[in-house]
Amino acid sequence: MRIRRFLRLLPVVPSVLLLLVFLLAPVAWSFYASFTDAALSGKAARDPQWVGADNYVRMFSDDSFPLAAWLTVVFVAASAVLGQNVLGLLIALLMTRSRRVVASWVGTAVVAAWVLPEIVAAFAAYAYFNRDGTLNQVLGSMGSEGPDWLYSFPLVAIILANTWRGTAFSMLVYRAALADVPRDVTEAALMDGARGWQRLAFITIPLIRSSIATNLMLITLQTLAVFTLIWVMTAGGPANASTTLPVLAYQEAFKFGDIGYGTAVASVLILLGMIFGAVYVRLLREQKT
Amino acid sequence: MTARAKLGADIALAVIGVCFVAPLLWLLLASVDPQAGYQTKVPVAPSIENFSAVMTPELLFQPVANSFLLSAGTAVVNVLAAVLAAYPLSRYQSRFNKPFMYTVLFGTSLPVTAIMVPVYGLFVQLQFLDSMVATIFFMATTTLPMAIWMTKNFMDSVPLELEEAAWVDGASTVATLRSIVLPLMRQGLGVVFIFVFIQAWGNFFVPFILLLSTGKQPAAVSIFSFFGQHGAIAYGQLAAFSILYSVPVLVLYALVSRGMGNSFALSGAMKG
Repeated sequence: MRIRRFLRLLPVVPSVLLLLVFLLAPVAWSFYASFTDAALSGKAARDPQWVGADNYVRMFSDDSFPLAAWLTVVFVAASAVLGQNVLGLLIALLMTRSRRVVASWVGTAVVAAWVLPEIVAAFAAYAYFNRDGTLNQVLGSMGSEGPDWLYSFPLVAIILANTWRGTAFSMLVYRAALADVPRDVTEAALMDGARGWQRLAFITIPLIRSSIATNLMLITLQTLAVFTLIWVMTAGGPANASTTLPVLAYQEAFKFGDIGYGTAVASVLILLGMIFGAVYVRLLREQKT
Repeated sequence: MTARAKLGADIALAVIGVCFVAPLLWLLLASVDPQAGYQTKVPVAPSIENFSAVMTPELLFQPVANSFLLSAGTAVVNVLAAVLAAYPLSRYQSRFNKPFMYTVLFGTSLPVTAIMVPVYGLFVQLQFLDSMVATIFFMATTTLPMAIWMTKNFMDSVPLELEEAAWVDGASTVATLRSIVLPLMRQGLGVVFIFVFIQAWGNFFVPFILLLSTGKQPAAVSIFSFFGQHGAIAYGQLAAFSILYSVPVLVLYALVSRGMGNSFALSGAMKG
């Protein structure tokens, strides 16, 4: 009986092996290497030495890590929690009252930015925020001269670009959530004389709060991992002004060849991801019960 | 709903829609403008010159073939591993099921960009660097948690009674899986396949780190080097290249969202 039960689980083995080798091992290796002086080339590449918590101490004495951590927080808060989340909810709400044709066309436009390969979206955003780009053309036609966004306001540019790219996800989540809100509840509130914003704040939002929580978790995780968009638009510059944690980890490891320090930065990111992931799993479990 | 409120919503939505289309407009217009710059303007003399300029074996066809190999390989590995894993999870009660599924779900939330530095280190140690096969298996693993999660949900919706009837008739587990369960969930499997394929097709960072020789690099990486070398002059060609490279995923996405309803597209969207 025992053996049969074991045999039944046999088909799971390939997946488990893949996950162990390609997901768990890198994570474990990341934590290990972050305590060494592993390098991309030279003596330390062949024979990395244990350096204790040196890399982590350096993080907080270095200027670049606290800056990157702060930029990451601003980037996630502004482009995911505020930008994508609020705009996605707004679009979904507007769609419940607008004409079908308009809703479907706008839905396609929003989704297009999201379905495109990341690198293409990044090129389009790069051109859009360029000194001679579309945004400044529009500003120019209104009589004001726009700045060189990518150089003078790189963080603003990548925040707007990531909002543009990712809002579709929140929009889809909220469209599905709003479709499940029973009509008679909102209609009853309408009969009782509740105004538009009152219905939104006291009825609609409380009813979809679990979707909001799940959505916030997921878009935070996605935004935390954004690399390509930033790399193409600003490459983290000028002078680290848009270097978020993934960009910093990449630069330290591959540009400066310091794998040890790069994995230390990566380990911090992985830990952040794990915390958000654990909260996300908890949320879903609570919803099920 | 009053007509005025409806009109207001229409106008607000239209404004948002225009803002979302604006960055893409440049891509479309520049691709047919041989004199394109970063400005969005209607081309003076529109032509397909840009498209014919990038349609060469080493610029377009080889990288796109590589993209196809990577994406299809990743999708095949995903579907095979996910079907195998999902079957016992969906069909047999075990106290391992729940913890395993939650671990899988937890795995979906690991930031893949964060593990690229350690993965590079691991690939160097194992001498996997610049290997197409190893890259396929790694990319498959990053989407595997989602694929298992989706496949199990699709399999759960295939009624167990059909299988039990086949068992009574003497069919083996493998035979019922192949002739009853899989055909009944082929739409779901199609969704998983396309979802993984789109992810892999658009993936830039993983092949950028793991594949070194230009002969193996997919379009996402070759387009980036092209941009680095010629981007400052050949805007139009860059736009044309981008469009040609994007068409397959746009078609696949339209296929999934049209043919199978929005809920499917959404479950495929869980990791954008």
